[in-house]
Amino acid sequence: MRGTRGRPVAKYILKRFLLMIPTLFGVAALIFILIRVVPGDVVELRMSGESGASDPRLIAQERARFGLDKPLWHQFAVWTWGAMRLDFGTSMWTGAPIWEEIRLRFALSLQVAIMATIVAVALAIPLGVLAALKQDSWVDYAVRIFSIAGLATPSFWLGIVLILVLLITFKWLPPMVYTPFWVNPWQNLAQLIWPAVAVGYRYSAVATRMTRSAMLEVLREDYIRTARAKGLVEKLILSRHALKNAMLPVLTVVGLEFAFLLGGLVVTEQVFNLNGLGLLFVQAVAHRDYTLTQALVMLVAGAFIVVNFLMDITFAWLDPRIRYR
Amino acid sequence: MAITSPIDQAAAAEVERTPRARWWAAAQSFGRRRPLGAIGAIVIIIMLVVAAAAPLIAPYDPVVVDFGAMLAAPNAAHWLGTDAFGRDVLSRLIYGSRTALIVGFGSAFIGATLGAILGVGSAYFGGRIDLYLQRVMDIFISFPLIILALAMVAILGNNIPNLITAITIPMIPRCALVIRSSALAIRELPYVDAARAAGFRHRRIILRHMLPNVMAPYLIMLTAFLGQAILLEASLSFLGLGVQEPTAAWGLMLRGAAVEFAEAAPWMAIFPGLAISLAVFAFNLFGDSLRDALDPKLRTL
Repeated sequence: MRGTRGRPVAKYILKRFLLMIPTLFGVAALIFILIRVVPGDVVELRMSGESGASDPRLIAQERARFGLDKPLWHQFAVWTWGAMRLDFGTSMWTGAPIWEEIRLRFALSLQVAIMATIVAVALAIPLGVLAALKQDSWVDYAVRIFSIAGLATPSFWLGIVLILVLLITFKWLPPMVYTPFWVNPWQNLAQLIWPAVAVGYRYSAVATRMTRSAMLEVLREDYIRTARAKGLVEKLILSRHALKNAMLPVLTVVGLEFAFLLGGLVVTEQVFNLNGLGLLFVQAVAHRDYTLTQALVMLVAGAFIVVNFLMDITFAWLDPRIRYR
Repeated sequence: MAITSPIDQAAAAEVERTPRARWWAAAQSFGRRRPLGAIGAIVIIIMLVVAAAAPLIAPYDPVVVDFGAMLAAPNAAHWLGTDAFGRDVLSRLIYGSRTALIVGFGSAFIGATLGAILGVGSAYFGGRIDLYLQRVMDIFISFPLIILALAMVAILGNNIPNLITAITIPMIPRCALVIRSSALAIRELPYVDAARAAGFRHRRIILRHMLPNVMAPYLIMLTAFLGQAILLEASLSFLGLGVQEPTAAWGLMLRGAAVEFAEAAPWMAIFPGLAISLAVFAFNLFGDSLRDALDPKLRTL
């Protein structure tokens, strides 16, 4: 273990930052190849959709317009150069700028992700702490069963059941059309609270398990025993000493799940008829919309990589025991 | 015995009888110590039996359409009702367990095994190879599970072997990372040095000396993947990108008509979801207890 102050930390952060670049580059290369291996071609799909069998000359022309006639490495270089300047071009399917396509859906996906996080954290921290304090009691077993069930229940099915319950008991269906929060907050929440709950349950299960095991670990530490020995009030021991230290791993799980929620709600969005990033991804793949697929994957994977980086440096900063290698 | 903790091992060692008696004793002590895990194991065994004996148990043929009995509510003839094509929901659930278990076991086994080999190899060779493999793993892990699986299905097409491949790919790096960290500690142990000094080939050291010693994290990852693979298959089938009609699969049963007729025929939407949840729940219960028994330090997984 080397020194804990000054240079090593800065060096670690810089190294960790630089490591993100090859990963992002690799993600870009991987999705670039993957989406082109999918049988079918965006131009052919689009043209044949419009007028049955289409003119091969027109197709070649259209392919040239997108630069699809150039060698792969050339296409990749052009795209990467654009991506580095955050210019992802236009959608090959709709022709609209990528940013435009994504911006429309991003607000919705972000809001669902934030609401699901609130649901998850509000459930996870009290339940996890309770289970850890009463380890191996019936409370602990109940919390564990509740959280294992959360991991086992498909969010999309929970969504169907939620809709069903609302329909049968209240004769009411959540609004099916998206209203931005600033236009009509009630309308907006009435629609988005259900997917947030459906996803939040699974999410809370992950976080509850992490809170429980982190608390169990921390409660066995010497400094907790010391705090108890010097007669500190149990409430203070829990809030100041234990919970604060147990929060680090929980924060990591919550952060990473959040990054995944942004683009990973592919199925739940389908159930609730939400026009979010997940649905956009499914459509982009179905249309072989190369530019849109690439941009979406870069967004989702990029969010994950950045959150991961932030978590690592937060750890390094908060916990001097972490070794900087 | 690879599947028991030191405590359970001691309990098993007391019974010095036939191997079968030892296994039975180990199973009993597992049941006593970890009741939740035992419940999971029992449900898994029942599921395996049901899947194997599907033609004997199922009251109807799962793919035969009966327009005389469309959307029938649960009754004496159809215990769990029928779907929009008059197919018996119970029979489709029973046959659906085959799909879930084949895809679940197939992808979890292949994913965990390839992951373990990569993880151990990466740790064993170290240096450049380790560094490059780690970077490649980082790239794959940055994709959400479902997104990578979706892309793979789009490339491969959707029959069951392709579905297994698509679900396996995102699992390999996740397993490799965990196994690698266990293998790093093993690499430093004297018996690996001894094996190297004895002039054994790399392949032999990896397969015979290191791989058996990462059995605990391997089995833990395997059981964790089982539940995830079943969920992923259900999600893909629900999107219409997994198993295709008329094959019976739980995720597929929730697709289309189940949502459309949810109010008129809620049994179509409720029972397949319960089946998925129960199966994954059982695998998770068992996996959790197995993890606690084998390696309490991996609790955070």
